[in-house]
Amino acid sequence: MFIAAVWGIAAAGLLWSFFKSREKTRAALRFFRRSFLSLAPSVLAIIWAIGFILTFVPSDLVLRSIGREAGWLGVILAAAFGSIVLIPAFIAFPLAASFLKQGADIRAIAAFVTTLVMVGVLTAPLEMKYFGRRFTLWRNSLSFVAALIIALVMGAVLR
Amino acid sequence: MKIKAVPLILLVLAAATALVSLGRPDKALSVLSVSREYLLEMLTILPPILMLCGLFDAWVSKSTVERIMGAASGARGTLVALLLGTAAMGPLYAAFPIGKSLIDKGASLYNVAVFLCVWASIKIPMILFEVKFLGAPFALLRLGLTVPAILILSGVMKQFGTRSVCHEAK
Repeated sequence: MFIAAVWGIAAAGLLWSFFKSREKTRAALRFFRRSFLSLAPSVLAIIWAIGFILTFVPSDLVLRSIGREAGWLGVILAAAFGSIVLIPAFIAFPLAASFLKQGADIRAIAAFVTTLVMVGVLTAPLEMKYFGRRFTLWRNSLSFVAALIIALVMGAVLR
Repeated sequence: MKIKAVPLILLVLAAATALVSLGRPDKALSVLSVSREYLLEMLTILPPILMLCGLFDAWVSKSTVERIMGAASGARGTLVALLLGTAAMGPLYAAFPIGKSLIDKGASLYNVAVFLCVWASIKIPMILFEVKFLGAPFALLRLGLTVPAILILSGVMKQFGTRSVCHEAK
């Protein structure tokens, strides 16, 4: 149902674009092909890695490190991991889903996904170049705190 | 993830799978069947979402974002920052130069902070992706909490004087 809706919206958009402007539609299709081809290898790699994780990483290891009994330490661990790694959300969502299936705490997953997109330790030097040290430190540390609060609320609501 | 690292990782994964299949064929089979399941799931959602990204990219140009945001101000500017951050595509660091030129053109730091955070965290295609893998309650609740969080943290940044930022950055 959801999948069908997404395909329908994409098809309708493409059709609309085609009648509005052939040129822009061509550009959109070029973007599609380029991003699909550049994403495909890393998508394949992460999916293969998920196969290994689900087969070999024992659920109790996941439970111990980011499971419910890991408590706040697990949430902070997941948030820190999300702040450091630079992976596209396209790839991170299935990975997060596989950890959830293994028994990870929903708060840890929420914290990971939120810091992944909003906090960038690796991109901080670049951000400082554009906006200065103060702006960068404030934005990233406040985003980190916000991620923990969001995780706490989500844990309370979705549990 | 660097582009050149990916083929290497794939090679390592292939070798590891081959090795595992020698010792424990059942485990190797499990790796491949789990991967196949995720691959099929990915293929049902990735193409239409990338198509939507392509349409966004073709129809919403970066200069349009810049023009409207630079001219906007106040609550309307914030709203525009919110909406445009969701429409444009690309990683966070792609937004840095745009944010910088917005500051140069006189957009408020508050709006630029909102713009950066929204650009990073709220993407319509990404939300669809999140719904697919983590479920609608998870995705929508996270979205509903992220928007006020961004507005609050940008407000805090405005309070605690990031005014000197422009001088510092130059």
